[in-house]
Amino acid sequence: MAKKKSSPDWEYASAPETTAVNIAKRYDHFINGKWITPSNKKYFATTSPSTGRKLSEVAEGSKKDVDTAVKAARAAYNGVWGKMSGRERGKYIYRIARLIQERAREFAIIETMDGGKPIRESRDIDIPLAANHFFYNAGWADKLEYAFPNMPAKSLGVAGQVIPWNFPFLMAAWKIAPALATGNTVVLKPAETTPLTALKLAEVIADAGLPDGVVNIVTGAGETGAAIVNHPDVDKVAFTGSTGVGKLIQESVAGADKKVTLELGGKAANIILEDAPIDQAVEGVVNGIYFNQGHVCCAGSRLFVQENIYDEVMWKLKQRMDTLVIGDPLDKNTDVGAINSKEQLRTIKRYIKEGVKGGADIYQPECDLPTKGNWCPPTVFTNVAQSSIIAKEEIFGPVLAVQTFRTVSEVIEKANNTPYGLSAGVWCDKGSRLFQVTGALDAGVVWGNTFNKFDPTSPFGGFKESGYGREGGLHGLGAYLDLPL
Amino acid sequence: MKRIEVLKTYKLYIGGKFPRTESGRYYTPEGRGGKVLGNICQGSRKDFRNAVVAARSVAGGWGKRDPYNRSQILYRIAEMLEGRAAQFEDELKQHGSTAAAARKELQVAVDQCIYYAGWCDKYQQTFSSVNPVASAHFNFSVYQPMGVVAVFAPEKSALAGLLGTILPIIAGGNACVVLASESKPLCAITLAEVLATSDLPGGVINILTGNRDELLDNVSTHMDVNAIVASDLTDAHKAAIKANATHNLKRVIIRKEDPAKSESPYPILATQEIKTTWHPIESSIAAGSGY
Repeated sequence: MAKKKSSPDWEYASAPETTAVNIAKRYDHFINGKWITPSNKKYFATTSPSTGRKLSEVAEGSKKDVDTAVKAARAAYNGVWGKMSGRERGKYIYRIARLIQERAREFAIIETMDGGKPIRESRDIDIPLAANHFFYNAGWADKLEYAFPNMPAKSLGVAGQVIPWNFPFLMAAWKIAPALATGNTVVLKPAETTPLTALKLAEVIADAGLPDGVVNIVTGAGETGAAIVNHPDVDKVAFTGSTGVGKLIQESVAGADKKVTLELGGKAANIILEDAPIDQAVEGVVNGIYFNQGHVCCAGSRLFVQENIYDEVMWKLKQRMDTLVIGDPLDKNTDVGAINSKEQLRTIKRYIKEGVKGGADIYQPECDLPTKGNWCPPTVFTNVAQSSIIAKEEIFGPVLAVQTFRTVSEVIEKANNTPYGLSAGVWCDKGSRLFQVTGALDAGVVWGNTFNKFDPTSPFGGFKESGYGREGGLHGLGAYLDLPL
Repeated sequence: MKRIEVLKTYKLYIGGKFPRTESGRYYTPEGRGGKVLGNICQGSRKDFRNAVVAARSVAGGWGKRDPYNRSQILYRIAEMLEGRAAQFEDELKQHGSTAAAARKELQVAVDQCIYYAGWCDKYQQTFSSVNPVASAHFNFSVYQPMGVVAVFAPEKSALAGLLGTILPIIAGGNACVVLASESKPLCAITLAEVLATSDLPGGVINILTGNRDELLDNVSTHMDVNAIVASDLTDAHKAAIKANATHNLKRVIIRKEDPAKSESPYPILATQEIKTTWHPIESSIAAGSGY
């Protein structure tokens, strides 16, 4: 574990999570209820970002593999899943939820090994929330006529789903659970750097006895994802990832009659007003940007502090950053884990360099980073111009850009002055002012006096270029239903 | 001696004003029996941009009005429309409707205004939610207007289809820029006169006439338009709009059902964003845990 040089000058004893987990040497595609070798016989390695060690290798999905998976999903939709009563569908989904709960620790450890996030997060957030998503949606399956009154609750057919590497298991649950509850079948592709927990989920799905072909999991990189979204027999495309790729997807399926939902990037404003509870706000800022190493689309990457409390906030924030434990993600004390991939680390470093070059002041706590793996210390930039690249572009790393403001109307203007609109945060002790600001922010999720909270009952999704459609809650079901308009 | 009739100059409706197109162009659609309807403005890209500026400048204020107030203004549109029934019926007949069909369409149009006037202060209550999260937070999801919506109005239904398309958009607090039916533009132009006298702030609805093919790309690539609602599109138009919309990820809502016939709150929701707000709830057991 990383040594802390700064105060307090005591160290935590290491507390690694040691439960044994079972990772196979090689994984095939999960298609039609069976493990299928890739048609081109190619596999690629998935490594641990915290050690650089190879964990396993997974199949490289070709167009042909995707076609096989879509055919299996179509057959399952026509043959069994599309006709099954909601009650029975729901019972299968409940089973999945329970099996995830039973194997939660194993999945948390694999998630942390494959993705680099602290075990504290995968154990307490990612996996339990994923189970909850299945549990919540399972109950909808036989109640859909109450979700959209006077509308037929008609499923779409085959859903093609492409998910990112920042919350691999949780995103799989977000995507698969509502699709199944609404009567669709699924072809899902996990990200190429974090395929393992989706493949473990395939084991759960098989154990739950789901009919063959209802859920198919194909691994691969961007080309495999493109083959899924562009497949002519895919009725629904659900994508979570960057705004750039999301736009490419919308463009590539523009000529097809597919229902699309996109959950894309963000550059959330986290706003501290002068009367805010400062200690709690600082905690929220840290959670907002350093949670999951900042690999969070809704991360609070822009901090706005009212001028008269700026010095106090920054002093407390830096002090708090000094106490963050950075290192082995499997250690239960770790606050900030490994950067997900070498490529992402390069991107983050490029932005940090740009920030320094642009004249902003940088602060990083002193800490010994492990020598192997991909690491970036928590970073904060002050004196950041609204026009600077680190205040405008999504970095997707532990990098915070701080700006100040004088009036509420000024900060609303600045916060909304971005093409993104996924999330925002406001810290304020006065209810009327809090609701003035939350109401005025153009963002799909707004946290008042908290940040980065998620729940299966709570719709998630963005305004503007952060994508469209909602996931979660009653409203999220609409993304998987054919609602006539 | 027969009195010489005074003919009307057909204009656009932008920001509450009635300009002719800045381009100076016109086209001459034919009505019943091949009779030329008039020199209708062939609106240009610049007209569209001006209309978006007008819409954007009032969208925020319109969206923040009390739903009760919006509701009364939509009701006022119905009042004004009813008062001009004879004129609309005459125009519908010029567009080829029988007298009975024209009468019916006018009645449907007026009733749609009443229907959507009623929804202004009800859709939020009906479709918002308080979400039972598994933690000590108060969490609720509400609808918020998207902002500026561009509309390709139905081509065939000159009045009821037009109102069935734009009423849900403004009922939800959006502003819009409408490209009227190209072949049947008269009712849209007269509707502008109704709107101008119905307490609706200028700019909330802007109405252009012109050529859909020509303006399609300009409308769908405009970076300050939040959404597009369209009817009667060809497949090529659909694909072009959806591809163009990627520039700023406009929401593209293609009405599958005839807006003249499908009264429902769902078209209102189609031009709304959902915003979810979280706030901690303090627990008296662990004092201070609220944050």
